[in-house]
Amino acid sequence: MDYVNAIVLLLNYIFVPALSYGSQLALGAIFVSLIYGILRFAYFTAGDLMSFGTMFTILFTWYFQSLGISLGVFPTALIAIPFGIIVTIFYVLVKDKLVFSYYRFKKSPPVMLAMVSIGTMFVTQAIVRIIIGPFDRRFFDGEKFILKANEFKEMTGLNEGLTIKSTQVITLFVTIIVVSILFWFLNKTKTGKSMRAYSDNEDLALLSGIDPKKVVMITWIIAAILATIGGTLYGLDKSFKPFTYFNNMLPIFAAAIVGGIGNPFGAFLGGYVIAFSEILVTYAYRKFFIYLLPESIEPDSLLQLLSTDYKFAVSFSILVVVLLFRPSGIFKGKVL
Amino acid sequence: MRQNLDVIIAYIIMLGLIILVGFFQSWSIALSILCFCLISAVMTMGANIQWGYAGLINFGIMGYTALGGLAAVLVSVPPVKEAWQVGGLNMIFSVILIALMVFSIRFIVKNYKKSKKRNYGIALVIIVGLILLRLISGPAIESIEAVNPATTGFLGGMGLPILFSWIVGAFFAGALAYIIGKIALGLRADYLAIATLLISEIVIAVIKHEDWLSRGVKNVIGLKRPVPYEIDLQAKEWFINLVAKFNQGTLSLITDSLEKEQMLKQLVIEGSTVFVKLCFAGLFSIVVIILLIITQKALYSPWGRMMRAIRDNEEAANAMGKNVVKQHLLIFVLGSAIVGIAGAMMVTYDGLFTPGSYRPMRYTFLIWVMVIVGGSGNNFGAVLGGFAVWFLWIEAAPIALFLINFFTSGLAENNEFKLHLIESIPYFRFLMMGIGLLLIMRYRPKGILPEKIKHV
Repeated sequence: MDYVNAIVLLLNYIFVPALSYGSQLALGAIFVSLIYGILRFAYFTAGDLMSFGTMFTILFTWYFQSLGISLGVFPTALIAIPFGIIVTIFYVLVKDKLVFSYYRFKKSPPVMLAMVSIGTMFVTQAIVRIIIGPFDRRFFDGEKFILKANEFKEMTGLNEGLTIKSTQVITLFVTIIVVSILFWFLNKTKTGKSMRAYSDNEDLALLSGIDPKKVVMITWIIAAILATIGGTLYGLDKSFKPFTYFNNMLPIFAAAIVGGIGNPFGAFLGGYVIAFSEILVTYAYRKFFIYLLPESIEPDSLLQLLSTDYKFAVSFSILVVVLLFRPSGIFKGKVL
Repeated sequence: MRQNLDVIIAYIIMLGLIILVGFFQSWSIALSILCFCLISAVMTMGANIQWGYAGLINFGIMGYTALGGLAAVLVSVPPVKEAWQVGGLNMIFSVILIALMVFSIRFIVKNYKKSKKRNYGIALVIIVGLILLRLISGPAIESIEAVNPATTGFLGGMGLPILFSWIVGAFFAGALAYIIGKIALGLRADYLAIATLLISEIVIAVIKHEDWLSRGVKNVIGLKRPVPYEIDLQAKEWFINLVAKFNQGTLSLITDSLEKEQMLKQLVIEGSTVFVKLCFAGLFSIVVIILLIITQKALYSPWGRMMRAIRDNEEAANAMGKNVVKQHLLIFVLGSAIVGIAGAMMVTYDGLFTPGSYRPMRYTFLIWVMVIVGGSGNNFGAVLGGFAVWFLWIEAAPIALFLINFFTSGLAENNEFKLHLIESIPYFRFLMMGIGLLLIMRYRPKGILPEKIKHV
């Protein structure tokens, strides 16, 4: 019985949270990686684009709530997401037209484009804060838990409870659906293939008649969709605060690079690598070993590798190690 | 003279703007803007050396700034004897242990060929080292942090005058830059940007959470100043006389002696803050001027020409026998050291060290806006960028308020839209920075004062 308890403990405190956090990171990392592969620059607006999409989803959610529309047990935000996506797509396309396209035609070096994306980062951040303010917002409604700790204990008779929040399940499902559609699109459709061709070798792709404008536009649209969905899922699971979203840019970048930047599938796995390592390293294993070990050698310290304050630092250290030993990422992305 | 006309005009406009603030708002505000402009200018010069001279992109400015600040704490705070007694020895042992670990790894890497065995050896050294480190430092840290936690709870510093920290800060930042450079400088430009950004976050995390070293988020307050305190000044005879002399006009208008005394007291209090800030501004100006002279000399020296050659065509410079890797590392360390000085200066000015306040938006991206706006590769441009952008950053709120009132003047006073806009005034500075950066990058990509290359 103790073994089962120990496993449930790990499931509850490590596996389930890391899986949902990892999915949210993965969605961000995929679009950063796509933009890097196709537009060829580091997109520093990533976190703020997510907060932009989330903000509009929240505004639509409030609007629907005021109309009395709801999804019952599901959060209302799910119906608001498509509307948030439309606004975000519009925003990124306008931004591309006004700002990025100029540098693309001039064939500016990637660093220049990265700098420009810092400019748009400032602007996006300002827009978000001016419209919705810098404060913490919760917009979750519907059923909060699928499985409560007490219910689980009663059901199984174990000491340890397992809590599953509905947002975690929603996150996982939505991520699976979105990511499978995305990979189907990239691997099977003509447009997707042309995008990959463009990412691999721009000149060759242009020679074979691929329309760069279309490729760029589709990339931005995918970025907007993923940013809005990822951001909204994160906001549903935790809460919406522009500053946190800006900070999330850092683990997203770490995930994209660890997975191999320019390689969307690597980025997808990179999100989980980052999330799991952050939580695994900062979890205190004391209780886990109390269950496993005989009483005589029970540990009395917390058995925590690093204090939770270093959560972010863990993922960044992984990044540094990966950069040192395998600069193209774990799953072979673009060579540096 | 003529070719420097744009520089002179730009600086005169900038100083004029600050003086205008003095007349319209207050001299105290104007001087504190000036002080922060000078500090920003130093940071910008550091970033400019890396970006403008060598084309290295460093998004870790925040980390070096924070290390400079830490230096200020470690130099100026008097040592906490009790903490040293309970845990000092263990901490020294820990430092020795870390050094031993580093050297033994170096030894293994140097003397054995690349193989699985070597990797296991390195892993073993690291794991054993970390466990030992935990055993030695763990209890020591606990006991150090238990010493009078409300006021100290850390090891303290050396108790030296804080001005030394400006040099120590440079060394700290330089040492960090050396490590980062060794790790990350081989990366392509935008990877380097991301890597440095993330490493600077690690540095902040360490400073924030290692309470025994820096008190962490509990902040260190009341650092000693290199200039007189307002309270002391207000009691000094010569200072009161000085203030009276400056304000003879206003004072002579008042006939009642009691009122006159009150007025004088008020003026002395105001004058003392202005005087203190003037002292700071003077100190900072000295640093800026010294750095400007050195960097200008370096830029037009053979070394500067070599750096430009490396920046413009790495392969060609390499083919000419220049050691590109070494020069990149050198300039990375030098630039970061300058940023470290700025970090120490800032903590000196504030008189407090708040690790929680180091945020990438303010200390990395804003500095980069300064570099780009000012003109990369041109030291005068970098200083001007520091001035102009900081000025805008501070004065954005009043400007935004004015603009909002102007454009919404047709709306009623309690119009909800107008009130919402006025509430969100602080965020208009982000908008201004972003649009400013985008406009400059589009229409004047070399900055306000572009780089000038003298051909000999």
